[in-house]
Amino acid sequence: MQTAGEHLLRELAPQVLAAVVRRYGDFGAAEDAVQEALAAAAFQWPRTGVPENPRAWLIQVAARKLTDHIRSESARRRRETTVVLESPPEDNVVPPPDEAPMQEDDALVLLFLCCHPALTRPSAIALTLRAVGGLTTPEIASAFLVPEATMAQRISRAKQSIKQSGVGFVMPRPEQRHASLDSVLRVLYLIFNEGYAASSGPAHQRVDLSTEAIRLARAAHDLLPDSGEVSGLLALMILTDARRPARLGANGEIVPLDEQDRALWNKEAIAEGVQLVTEAMTRGSVGSYLLQAAIAAVHDEAAHAEDTDWPQIVALYSVLKRMSDNPMIALNHAVAVAMAQGPSRGLALLAKLDRDPRIKDHYRLDAVRAHLLERSGDVMAAVPYYESAAEKTASIPERNYLLLKLARLRGGLAS
Amino acid sequence: MKFMLMMHAPRGTGEYQIHGWKPEEFRAHVQFMKDLNKDLRERGELVGAEGLAPPGQARIVRSQGEGAPEVTDGPFAESKEFLVGYWIVDVENAERAYAIAGKASTAPGPGGKPLGIKIEVRQVMSGPPDSL
Repeated sequence: MQTAGEHLLRELAPQVLAAVVRRYGDFGAAEDAVQEALAAAAFQWPRTGVPENPRAWLIQVAARKLTDHIRSESARRRRETTVVLESPPEDNVVPPPDEAPMQEDDALVLLFLCCHPALTRPSAIALTLRAVGGLTTPEIASAFLVPEATMAQRISRAKQSIKQSGVGFVMPRPEQRHASLDSVLRVLYLIFNEGYAASSGPAHQRVDLSTEAIRLARAAHDLLPDSGEVSGLLALMILTDARRPARLGANGEIVPLDEQDRALWNKEAIAEGVQLVTEAMTRGSVGSYLLQAAIAAVHDEAAHAEDTDWPQIVALYSVLKRMSDNPMIALNHAVAVAMAQGPSRGLALLAKLDRDPRIKDHYRLDAVRAHLLERSGDVMAAVPYYESAAEKTASIPERNYLLLKLARLRGGLAS
Repeated sequence: MKFMLMMHAPRGTGEYQIHGWKPEEFRAHVQFMKDLNKDLRERGELVGAEGLAPPGQARIVRSQGEGAPEVTDGPFAESKEFLVGYWIVDVENAERAYAIAGKASTAPGPGGKPLGIKIEVRQVMSGPPDSL
């Protein structure tokens, strides 16, 4: 459980970092210094109370750490042991007069920087969680089940890449804004997905990456309230996460959408997500995250699986399909068509995907075909596709679901 | 995405053929592997890597749930190749895992020539179903 103090620190982390980077320029060194300041606060505040202006306190401590580093290289080696001892006395932390309130743009620049397209995705994800999310390296390492040293290297390399690329602490130019925002949304979406999928594993001790991604998307939404895609991504996460309590069975197995106990869905979250979608839809331009959120909203608004407004979902997927040439969307469209117009219509749409090299060997194509064959009553034909889907997937919960399905079908055929 | 890179070698006599190499050939080989691991570590991609003792010392253990488990000596006639070591890497995509395996495959052998070691690349099963 997070204490209020930790929560405050995590909120302040990106603001403090942005302010320190703006003042001193060196992103890598600033990031290290802010982590130290956060550690000092986490140790000190519970004992002495939260200072009157916590943000200024952190900036000042981080700035001092940074100048210490600049003065002495050997400080690098000592800092692990001395960090808690160096924290300043309370009377020493009057906010400097030039400390203007946080520029909103700073937090945005920071987010753009951490998700810079020059970084590999794993690097951008790690750096965003640390610099913007305020997580520690061990927390991030355990969330991704890699050794701490590996994650530390990944983060330091990411910072190095930023330094080498020569991207300063400035807002991307208008012509690059779109690509930069895409990259940010993609990184946040990947963090969410990682958490959503991993929530089935033996992961009680791990930081919840879905919750983290929602928090980051909320922050992005606060910074860019007029962006339909940011609203869309936030809504998509909230609406997906709202089903989480019903998503897994007693043994951690996946419960498909149409079999979930909808009474367990988080109604407050659904209301919030639907409102976000509605507002963004009426504001204007509609992008792919917003459309996916709209689809999630249609699902979430159906009190029973059989109440689902499939024709509307088909319509939304049709728009989405025109917008992006993504075979996974075409596959989902085929499922929606099957639900609205019958399995044979859906199966007919799959034929085209068999020729698409991006998806023809993907387990999802086999899984969908198996499912539609089963729905059409041809259980015998469905079995080999369930088998091959179970063989191809790299997701353990997914495989277990498919194997269980297979075992039930076989049992049905035998009796 | 995590991948396991498994380095296979022909079974031969059940001992590592590397034992017959000249000292400088052996040193070059070891240095190559050290450099590769160092590079993977610095990139933040290395989850783990181990070399395995020769198959002559391998045992197969089996149990049907009753009595003491059965322990059989190796090497095992049925396998033409055996596992000599592995890496687990956490990388952006499969292509990167293949590239690492491709590099590892060129580890130098006798005369400093690339060995062309066979490396099996397998994705580690885990959480997220990969979406496109």
